[in-house]
Amino acid sequence: MKKTTLGITVVVVSFIILVFYYGLNTEKIYDTEDLVGKPIPKIDLKLLNESKNFNTEELSKNNFTLINFFASWCGPCRKEHKHLINLSKNKNIKIFGINLKDEKSQANKFLNKLGNPYYLIASDHDGKKAVHFGVFGIPETILIDNDLNIIKKYIGPIDDLDVKKILKLVGK
Amino acid sequence: MLSEIGTLFVLISTLLSFFLIFFSTKEIREKSVYPSKKIRNFSLLQFIFTNLSFIVLLVGYIASDFSLVNVYENSHTTKPLFYKISGVWGNHEGSLLLWINILVLFSFLFLIKNHTIDKKFQLLTLIFQNMLIIGFFIFLITISNPFSKIFPVPQEGLGLNPILQDPALAIHPPLLYLGFVGSSIYFSLALASLICKFDGKNFANVTKPWILFSWFFQTLGILVGSIWAYYELGWGGYWFWDPVENSSLIPWFLMTALLHSILVLEKRGSLYLWVITLSILTFTMSVTGTFLVRSGILNSVHTFANDPSRGLYLLIFLSIMIFSSLYVFYKFAPKEKVEFKPFSKEFFILINNWFMIFFLITVLIGTIYPIFLEIIANEKISVGPPYYNTILAPFVIPLLFLMSYGPQANWLVSKPAEIKKLVTVLFLSVCLIIIFIYFTNQKNILINLILISSIYLIFQTFLDLLKNLGKKNFSFYSSIFSHLGFGLLIFFISLNSIFSIEHDFNIKIGEKRKLGNLEITLQDLKIYPEKNYKKFVGNLMVFYNKNNSIEFLNPEIRIYNQPKTITYEASIKSNVLSDTYVTMSNISKSDFYNIKFQKKPFMNLIWFSTILIAFGGFIRILERRTK
Amino acid sequence: MKNIKIFTLIFALYNFGCSNLLAEENLSNKIYKNLRCLVCQGQSIADSNSDFAQTIKSVVNDKLKEGMNEEEIYNFLAEKYGDWILYNPPLKNESYLLWTLPYVFFILGAVFLFFLLKKTLKHKRY
Repeated sequence: MKKTTLGITVVVVSFIILVFYYGLNTEKIYDTEDLVGKPIPKIDLKLLNESKNFNTEELSKNNFTLINFFASWCGPCRKEHKHLINLSKNKNIKIFGINLKDEKSQANKFLNKLGNPYYLIASDHDGKKAVHFGVFGIPETILIDNDLNIIKKYIGPIDDLDVKKILKLVGK
Repeated sequence: MLSEIGTLFVLISTLLSFFLIFFSTKEIREKSVYPSKKIRNFSLLQFIFTNLSFIVLLVGYIASDFSLVNVYENSHTTKPLFYKISGVWGNHEGSLLLWINILVLFSFLFLIKNHTIDKKFQLLTLIFQNMLIIGFFIFLITISNPFSKIFPVPQEGLGLNPILQDPALAIHPPLLYLGFVGSSIYFSLALASLICKFDGKNFANVTKPWILFSWFFQTLGILVGSIWAYYELGWGGYWFWDPVENSSLIPWFLMTALLHSILVLEKRGSLYLWVITLSILTFTMSVTGTFLVRSGILNSVHTFANDPSRGLYLLIFLSIMIFSSLYVFYKFAPKEKVEFKPFSKEFFILINNWFMIFFLITVLIGTIYPIFLEIIANEKISVGPPYYNTILAPFVIPLLFLMSYGPQANWLVSKPAEIKKLVTVLFLSVCLIIIFIYFTNQKNILINLILISSIYLIFQTFLDLLKNLGKKNFSFYSSIFSHLGFGLLIFFISLNSIFSIEHDFNIKIGEKRKLGNLEITLQDLKIYPEKNYKKFVGNLMVFYNKNNSIEFLNPEIRIYNQPKTITYEASIKSNVLSDTYVTMSNISKSDFYNIKFQKKPFMNLIWFSTILIAFGGFIRILERRTK
Repeated sequence: MKNIKIFTLIFALYNFGCSNLLAEENLSNKIYKNLRCLVCQGQSIADSNSDFAQTIKSVVNDKLKEGMNEEEIYNFLAEKYGDWILYNPPLKNESYLLWTLPYVFFILGAVFLFFLLKKTLKHKRY
């Protein structure tokens, strides 16, 4: 076997093994980070407790909006709810809820029990509107500015750290 | 009790492996002509104790001894006996023990079968094989011990995944392991042969039966895996280009290339280094496949529970294997002259190898590319069936044509066969497909070419078979059957992909849906409690307008309680020409049920073709036995 | 004898073809098969019974009714969920190597065989 062939083989094999080694150690959870920087879609939504229609374009009236996808049957949503209540006290940010694959009565019961951080709540009964936001599970939360551009996407319940960062971003 | 006994047996076997290496090394330097009885005895003892450790685990499962963590995690007292048994290898630790058993089995069989060959060659093979065995024993003992204890002893086990409770899946791992784990023996043989500077033809004689044997089981193992996927997984497909499936296919390509090249080595004494390379590569790729599947580095529907520490050990073991082989190859490989004439049999075998390597590289790239992209570029992509079909399909066409020709070529002499005969068969194939296209309006050129080339291979091999009935030897029939099987396989796969019909729709109980010339009614849904699950059986009536016939199908939704799982059992009505395949699932928060209705033509013929391919190999194994 | 065999084959194929054909290229199913179920372990939207899969199927059907073609639907979903949702890796900068490397190896093999042949032919002259 020629020295050059051996050299090339060793280099290629080492490279592959190195990549596998790094692959083992990185635990990349699937997220939809691609969407950051892009605008949310301008679509019509039905409101949960009112009969009028709502278009997401109206969210540009707010300085910052936190769009939170939740449901009464979702355990982790309960965990993060207190953080949402906390955030709702800030004047610079408005929390917009989208109730996903849920019953109106159950959703309202959930909010009566745990508090209502949302200034408006939309209803996505079959989950199809959520697809337009790139949502694949709940809870998921999207932070947008007044141009409807996505600043940050949170997959799973938000925690203390997230709240701190959001408050910093929107300014107290 | 079982835990201590099992661990003891494992430790004894490991110790025996060390002894084998130690004494083999000693005896190589001695003047004896044959290995001593001591070696044989140690090997026998190792074989016995390894089997005993497996039996201990088996007993643990049958008796539902939950003091063993492995039994606790993977079994349950209400499991039917057959599935308690197959549960032994339906998990990581147990299947690893099976791996080791196969490694030891091949080591032992090798010693028995080849005890008259050159001593140094024999012992070196044993040494390398036992290094592999020790490597896996260490893996087992340290981080994958099936005999680890749990205290206090739980009353009941966590159960076995119901999808794994299937007869096809029960024999799938053992068959597959006899295949790609068995390739370990020619990995060891190859390294030993290099160091001994063994002669090419002798090496071919010793190694060929092992290659045939492992290839045969690998083919069957893949077949059974596909059958299981078809009947159990509920999507009506049999091959998904999933990483675990690819991990079994890559060694198969290598084995096929190898069993062709070894013929050249045997008959003509050339391609020695290439055969050595393939022999080393096959087991290397098998371990790589195991690494990919068990380390958690890939996302797949088949994977065992993942654990990066297992991945790390396998990666280190793999690196040691590869770099040592490279070292041995570099240091001991002789210079070789390769000569062959165009249109000779050697030439066609090299072309076969060229195609096999291309196929395996494509499958390998498709499987590991997402990993590379994610690490290097931080991007996530999926590589699925469209990729493999797009790249591989066009190359199947020339392969099929060449397969019709290759077996007829003669060794050494290049003589273009009778052109007239070939052209007649070609003309016939083309005519047939043109008629087919006319009636079916099949416009896809690629599929039509694949059909032409596969029919051509089928006709050609049939003609060869009829012309030479009773005249030729085993090896002739073995290649005829395998090549015929391959032609039929491609032919039926293509027809299946053209004529499969799928309807995916939502329906309420009592409703009827009209789809093309079918009318499907979900008549009712009945609930039945079973031993360890509750099943919801849908009663589906399918009315075919074309011939006024009716078919009843009963897809099920099963709710298991240990562990809490829902499975969807397909209802399959099967006959030679076509299968009707239906699955049903409920749509949450609604009265609707989602029905997937499929017509899958020629499924049984696809299975038959694969069996025919394996059968060809089986005939050749028989030939060796009668010699 | 051969004629009868051929005739029966044609006849079978003809019957078969007619009975099953005008199999409308079921477009929605084709699309389902090309989409990954994001919450499953290695299944397509076609094969999965999960909630997420049902929703995506519904959305795909809506978009088809709205008049989107196959490619537009893939683009729409890839825009929202990333290329990971597509089983057919799109030809972009990142996947360039993926699509070309296999062919490169095939050609390398051809070149290698060619040189091997050349060497033999050269030998023949002497």
